[in-house]
Amino acid sequence: MTESLDIARQTLLAPAGMDDAALEQAFDRLLAPSVDAADLYFQCTRSESWALEDGMIKQGSHSIDQGVGVRAISGEKTGFAYSDDIVLPALLEASGAARAIARSGQSRSLQAWQRGRGLKLYPPLDPVESLTDQEKVDLLRRVDAEARRADPRVEQVFVNLSGSHDVVLIADGEGRLNADVRPLVRLNVRVQVEHKGRRESGSAGAGGRHAYSRFLDGDRALDLAREAVRQALVNLEADEAPAGTMPVVLGAGWPGILLHEAIGHGLEGDFNRKGSSAFAGRLGDRVASEYCTVVDDGTLADRRGSLNIDDEGEPTQCTTLIENGILKGYMQDRMNARLMGVAATGNGRRQSYAHLPMPRMTNTYMLAGPHDPEEIVRSVDRGLYAVNFGGGQVDITSGKFVFSASEAYLIENGKVTRPVKGATLIGNGPDVLTRVSMVGTDMELDSGIGTCGKDGQLVPVGVGQPTLKIDALTVGGTRG
Amino acid sequence: MNEVVGLSNGSLLADEQSLIRIGQQVLEEARRQGATAAEASVSVGTGLSVSVRRGEVDTLEHERDRSLAVVVYMGQRTGAASSADFSPESLRATVAAACSIARYTSEDPARGLADPSLLATEFPDLDLYHPWALSADEAIDLALAAEAAARDADPRISDCDSATVSSGEGLRVYLNSHGFVGSRRGTRHGLSCVAIARDHAGMQRDYWFSVARSADELEAPEEVGRRAGERAAGRLGSRRLGTRHVPVLYTPMMARGVIGQFLGAISGNNLYRKSSFLLDRLGDQVFPSHVQMQEHPHRPRGLASAAFDDEGVATRDWTVVEDGRLQTYLLDSYAGRRLGRQSTGHAGGVHNLELQSGDQDFNQLLQTMGSGLVVTELMGQGGNLVTGDYSRGAAGFWVENGEMAYPVEEITVAGNLKDMFAGLQAVGADRDQRGSIITGSLLFESMTVAGE
Repeated sequence: MTESLDIARQTLLAPAGMDDAALEQAFDRLLAPSVDAADLYFQCTRSESWALEDGMIKQGSHSIDQGVGVRAISGEKTGFAYSDDIVLPALLEASGAARAIARSGQSRSLQAWQRGRGLKLYPPLDPVESLTDQEKVDLLRRVDAEARRADPRVEQVFVNLSGSHDVVLIADGEGRLNADVRPLVRLNVRVQVEHKGRRESGSAGAGGRHAYSRFLDGDRALDLAREAVRQALVNLEADEAPAGTMPVVLGAGWPGILLHEAIGHGLEGDFNRKGSSAFAGRLGDRVASEYCTVVDDGTLADRRGSLNIDDEGEPTQCTTLIENGILKGYMQDRMNARLMGVAATGNGRRQSYAHLPMPRMTNTYMLAGPHDPEEIVRSVDRGLYAVNFGGGQVDITSGKFVFSASEAYLIENGKVTRPVKGATLIGNGPDVLTRVSMVGTDMELDSGIGTCGKDGQLVPVGVGQPTLKIDALTVGGTRG
Repeated sequence: MNEVVGLSNGSLLADEQSLIRIGQQVLEEARRQGATAAEASVSVGTGLSVSVRRGEVDTLEHERDRSLAVVVYMGQRTGAASSADFSPESLRATVAAACSIARYTSEDPARGLADPSLLATEFPDLDLYHPWALSADEAIDLALAAEAAARDADPRISDCDSATVSSGEGLRVYLNSHGFVGSRRGTRHGLSCVAIARDHAGMQRDYWFSVARSADELEAPEEVGRRAGERAAGRLGSRRLGTRHVPVLYTPMMARGVIGQFLGAISGNNLYRKSSFLLDRLGDQVFPSHVQMQEHPHRPRGLASAAFDDEGVATRDWTVVEDGRLQTYLLDSYAGRRLGRQSTGHAGGVHNLELQSGDQDFNQLLQTMGSGLVVTELMGQGGNLVTGDYSRGAAGFWVENGEMAYPVEEITVAGNLKDMFAGLQAVGADRDQRGSIITGSLLFESMTVAGE
């Protein structure tokens, strides 16, 4: 952590000539008697993105965004202001604006600074510097060439490489000072294939909190090209998807988006404090079959959803949400934990300094179960086998959620037969997992491509699960 | 240069001239660093947003943003960079980053600034700037009024997730090395409410909002709250439906999204990539002959009004669909060159695209439909623009004999966009003005509804 804190001071405070005394001045403004908690969130994010299309390096962009967010909390009220100028006058003005939430009175002063603790899940490197620009564009070209080599029906190849270096420094009203340096990279391939006038697409991606060089290990980037082509060719053969309620087998890995939508959001602390979640007040209830144990784990090395500390300076942890079918816990930021009288779980996250933190997921996944994945498919007479997905969405109040299959097959008489077109699956979060009758031994995490949106704020997340069977789920195809 | 955005907590901002000066410095710096052409946009914005819950303030947020973006061209190669720091050092570094990238991108014959002959030369006053001298206390009072009205709307309203009042203003200047300089200043104010209704079977939420350039055009907070409350309560007792093929009526809020998919399918960036189900359909019948679609970019106070697009190209009225036939694609300069056409002024999207309404209001459309599904909420991703395949989660009401019979949920609606458009039976007179796409309800002849 020391290293991160040094980098953060150097990046964020030194250019403006600010030191700990400057932070104390800000807290002098912020800490009114009725302010229960306050924090300053300094951030500098450098990011880049490269795009290949038509075999050309079509675009590249670079951006630097920096600023400081200032928050004061009084009971259930939050005051918030930010500035994209990290200088003392702007910091003090934002502090005054954020404090307006609280009744006026004599300020109290800060206790002595203490360094927070944190994990070491990824190196504090800048991915933008981890390859030369020439190496980056060469990588894009190799991926393009591999996709075009894979099949003559490939008509378009889109390759995107992006990376960011995010330096944050968090100071709070209890004198905790913490920092994190967060690398994040992603490589995405989308291909479009054409055959006899019919066009379909397929995509694949990977990423995490590491250097770009990981994509070069063992042809990983080229595997993505081949995978995108494979999916597009499968879709070229796809028939209309079925419509109606039927058994659905979900593949391992990315289909874990099921958990993110069906139960994850509903178990975020803010919705449960406010009583607006369909899961509110249900701790200890059975919400899933005995085969289901689901965790949210921010402590996995290098993963896209992992964090050494959350955006409130709290170390992340592995939180059990559902254990053998019983609802065990919610995900909390500090404010909601305090108001609900429980411990924070390291799930306080924000898109940037210009946004307020909220309870958010990190990497959410289901642990492996007892069933052989092949046996799971064999157990289905007629149903859907869905292995790749686009996005999803949930209404946490009614509990209804959707997720959209992008690669799916019919199961007929225990065998995977024909591919079918993408379709949206819809279910009810509080009871869908009670219908999980088989859970595979093949637990897998996604490849590092998830982004979660909540109240307009985007944060990177991970999901995962083993192959599993839901006895009845509604499939939104056209053949009914 | 840090004084450009004043630190005072009142109405903003930099004056236009100082932002233009920054933009000129960026262009000059780009030229100095070897760019053969460049474009710059500089923007600042400020806002206040207040949410209340259970009669108390929940959050009070002060927003202040600024951004500087540059695109450089080295012949037919390009690079882009942006920063939130307006200092001279940052400006130089931002241009350098863009130039450095341009050394690695490919020669692309279609790349470059907009054709100079298409750039806007007239800048009509579109009446978009109406600052609202709104104090935090006044905003709180308005939000509280909306929340109270939601609670009063129905005894089954158990809570409001939030009632929010927001006010913001922004100024953006765009310059390019053809000598174009344009600025847009505008305000945007909003009122919204999310209500939660509860009965023995569980909870339902729904919302309502109002948004306008000028505060005096906002719906009253009592109206916003009441509609949110009524909509949430109206969803209690939702049932599922069996799988069936039926007519489907999208309310205007839902209709906007599906028209957005149509616009995606005729946008140049999808067409030159052949990633559209409406390839080579210019002049063809894509909707029934009653459908008319026009764009009016210069509508006073319009939420999406603008005199020029994101590349400085003059906007103008367009007939996009006439008697159901597609009249134009939506092109920016790049896509235009790829397709051998001129830009239509659509870099950055459409500006007040309006579907001409039929004469049937919502209740008359229910009569026309007879039995079918009204969709008031859609969930998940929309359609696949390459194939037109469309499948989404939905909630709404089952209609029998022209009357809303009961609310429904946990169902999907599916079809192919091409067929949905061709089978668009009616566009309602119940126009919703709250966005860049303005449409009434849409009645589709037949879709697959999947449920229990």
